[in-house]
Formats: sequence, structure tokens, C-alpha cells
Amino acid sequence: MKKVLAKCYLWLLLALLYAPLFFIAVFSFTESRVLGNWTGFSTKLYSNLFTGGMNGGASLISAVENTLLIALISAAFSTLLGTVAAIGIHNLKGRKRQTMQFLNNIPMINPDIITGVSLFLLFVFLGVSQGYLTVILAHITFCTPYVVLSVLPKLSQMNPNIYEAALDLGATPAQALRKVLIPELRPGMVSGFILAFTMSLDDFAVTFFTRGTIGLDTLSTYIYTDARKGGLTPELRPLMTLIFLIVLILLVVINIRQEKANKTVKSR
Amino acid sequence: MVIFVVLPLILIVMYAFQDGTGHFTLSNITRFFTDSDSLSTFALSIEVAIENTLICILLGYPAAWILANRELNRSAVTVMLFIMPMWINALMRTLATAELFNVLGFTLGKGTLLFGMVYDYLPFMIYPIYNTLLKMDKSYAEAAEDLGAPPMKVFWKVTVPLSMPGVMSGVLMVFMPTVSTFAISEFLTNNKIKLFGTIIQENINSSMWNYGAALAFIMLIIIGITSLMGGSDNSEAEGGLV
Repeated sequence: MKKVLAKCYLWLLLALLYAPLFFIAVFSFTESRVLGNWTGFSTKLYSNLFTGGMNGGASLISAVENTLLIALISAAFSTLLGTVAAIGIHNLKGRKRQTMQFLNNIPMINPDIITGVSLFLLFVFLGVSQGYLTVILAHITFCTPYVVLSVLPKLSQMNPNIYEAALDLGATPAQALRKVLIPELRPGMVSGFILAFTMSLDDFAVTFFTRGTIGLDTLSTYIYTDARKGGLTPELRPLMTLIFLIVLILLVVINIRQEKANKTVKSR
Repeated sequence: MVIFVVLPLILIVMYAFQDGTGHFTLSNITRFFTDSDSLSTFALSIEVAIENTLICILLGYPAAWILANRELNRSAVTVMLFIMPMWINALMRTLATAELFNVLGFTLGKGTLLFGMVYDYLPFMIYPIYNTLLKMDKSYAEAAEDLGAPPMKVFWKVTVPLSMPGVMSGVLMVFMPTVSTFAISEFLTNNKIKLFGTIIQENINSSMWNYGAALAFIMLIIIGITSLMGGSDNSEAEGGLV
């Protein structure tokens, strides 16, 4: 009885959480420009999305491209910077280390509107004209702390002697870094990269304040402008449905891989 | 890091205390406290954020508890389904909700705003609570049972206090974004209700940087206070997403 109630509660909440997404998905298969108006099954919106055959279609596609490009570049740089910063923080002691960790936490605790406004003021103050570069710099700023946090635990788990041992055995610092340190830190770097990538994909406020006036759009800012104009571009429906499916598949794959990994650890 | 983290924050403070020509002034701050519109928007934002956080705890805690309970839930899939919305662009989800409300014929207003916010932020409350409940040492609850405490008492006196760190980081992850959001409230109320984030955005966008910065400064103080109260350790919960 208790179990049934508990299950009901969970599924009810899930139904609420997913209702809007399903609603969008269902109406991505009809041609109507107005949402909620079923005019028969059609995959026209999907073909429109891929061929760009619609009003302002090019800008939607380029918004998606921008989003992915910005996320990739800033995640890559954040991973690099974050790993270096983590190694630096790891080698600090006492007070200094605490201060640096505190500084590292600031962008994560700050709401994105504050990060956005403050970086906007910074770029204005420095006289940098805003566009692609400033958006990427801003994304690197708020993504790097997540990488630092993912790499730091790996550093403290690592035996500090292996790096020294590699040096003693005649490896150059560069070799020791490449052959010893990086492989040890790789899991942390990978999860840091994934976190940074999703953070960047999700971001709206920071991009909004740092993109300047050159008409640069990511998916988030595109949706925002589109919704403010009133009358949502219908092709967003198939796009949302696809993103929803991709995320679902990715999470299922990650989940299955994790369970497998857990089982192999247990069977050892 | 110093350039991109500390300097921008100093700039907020600097701009907040300057007038248009760069002279020191308190007028931006006093303007906020004398302008009844800004003040009521501010009060409304705090009110909505508190309500949203409370509803998220009320709905999210039982869900997290059921999910973490081995007898009631064995599947990792349900857990994943609850976490998944966190990975989808918040604007997209909000827009979907707003559209659904529109089609169902609800008038967009404070009710839909609250509902939509709960919908957006509920996963961020469930996940940290679920995590602490899962890591919690079960022997405390068992010991309490062995010593004769009835189930309800075990729950209130042992489980709830032990899961407080999770609740706190959930509160941080829900409360702060709700105070600062601007796009979400615009979508969900058709721009009828303005929240604090919206007026910051409007000021910055219409080049009233100094007043905008002053408002951001005030928000920064609020955030500082809440994270001090909550203990600033929400890092662990967020870092563990992957």
C-alpha cells in the first residue's frame, strides 16, 4: 500500500514535469503555426528545420551552430585553464589555498545575472567591443570553476610520488606531465569538460549581457527574442523535441555505462 | 582569474556609487529606496522566491525520500528521469510551460509564474536532498527504531535533521536563481509581472548602467546574506552532477 502510494506520487510529479515537453513534442508533428491547433500529421516542420526552408530559418540554424561552437570552445579552454588552476591550487597551502578556493566558488554561487552584468561592465570599462570573443571569455569565466572542482579531488587521490618517480627515472617535466599526470587526472577533466559544456549550452543571462549589438544569437537568446516578439517560430517545436531526445539518449547511455562500471568494480 | 572574477565585482560596486559623469554619489542607492515601484518589485521577487523555495521543499522532499529509499524505489531510471530536466535549457522548458498554459486558457499571472518556477526548479531541490539521503548512514535510523521510536518520530528526529545539508544546498540552488531570474518571469506572465532581475536587465539595456549596477549591488548583498546563512557549500552538490 505504502509502496503504491509512493510510486503514484513519483509518477504524478514526473507527469507534471514532463507534460509541457510532451505537449511540444506532439505538436511538432503538425503544420499549424499556432500551437495547440492540430491540422493533421505532418513532418514538414522537421524538414523545414533541416533544410532551412522557413521564415528566418537561417538565423535559427546559425543560433544552434553558435551555441554548439561557443560551448565547445569555452569547454575546451575551461578544461585546460581549470586543470592548470587545480594543479596550482593543489600545491598551495593554508590561507592562500582557502582564498583561491573561495575565489573559485564566487562565479558558481553568483547568479548568472550578476556574472553577466559584472562582465558587461568589465568589457565596457576596458573598452572591448562585444561579440563572439566576449561571449566566449565570459563562458570560460563561469565554466572554469566547475572544471577546477572536478579535477581537485583527483589530485588529492593521486599519489604525489609517482610524478616525482617519473622525474627521477629520467622523464622530462613535459613527459611526466603527459605520461603520468594527465592520465591520472583524465576522469576529472572529462567530467569537468562535460559540466562546462552543458553549463555553456544552458546559459542565457551571461550571453545576453556580453553578446553586444552585433546580432549574435545563441539558442537561448534566439528563443528569448522570439518569444518577446510574440508568435513563436513553429520550427522550434521539432528542435526542442530533438534536443529532448538527444539528452534522454545520452543520459541513458551514461547510466548504463555507469552501472556496468559499478558491476565490474564489485566483481573484482 | 582575478581579472575576470574580482575586478568585475569591484566594477559593479564602482558603477553603483557613480553618477553618469563618474563622480561619487549615493543617489543610485537612495533612488532605489525612495522609488516605490522598485521597492515593490523587490518585495515581490523575494516573496515569489520564498514561496517557490517552500513549495519545492514540500514537493521535493518526499520525492527525494522515496527515491533514496531502497524498499520503495529500486530503479535508477526514475532517478534519472527526475534529474534529466536539469540538463535541458531552462528557457526551452519555461517556454513550453508558458505555451501549455496559453493553450489551456489560463491567464498568465502570479499563479502561472509560481507554477512554472516550481516546475523549473523542482529537480534542483530533489537532487541534493536525494544525494544526502542516499549517503546518510542508515544505522542512525535503525538505532532509533531499535530503541523504540515510532516511524514518524524516527523520520522527524533522525532523518530530517541529518538531511539538512541537502535541503540547504537545495534552497541555495532554488532561491538564488529565482530572485535573479528575468527571462522566466517575462515568459510566464507575458511581462505583466516584473521581478527584480527584469528591472536590472531593463536598466542595463537602456544604458542606465549606474542604476543597473546599483540594483545588481543590492542583489549581490542579498545573495551574500543567503549564502552565509546557508553555509556556502553548494559546490559539492553541483560538482557531483556527472
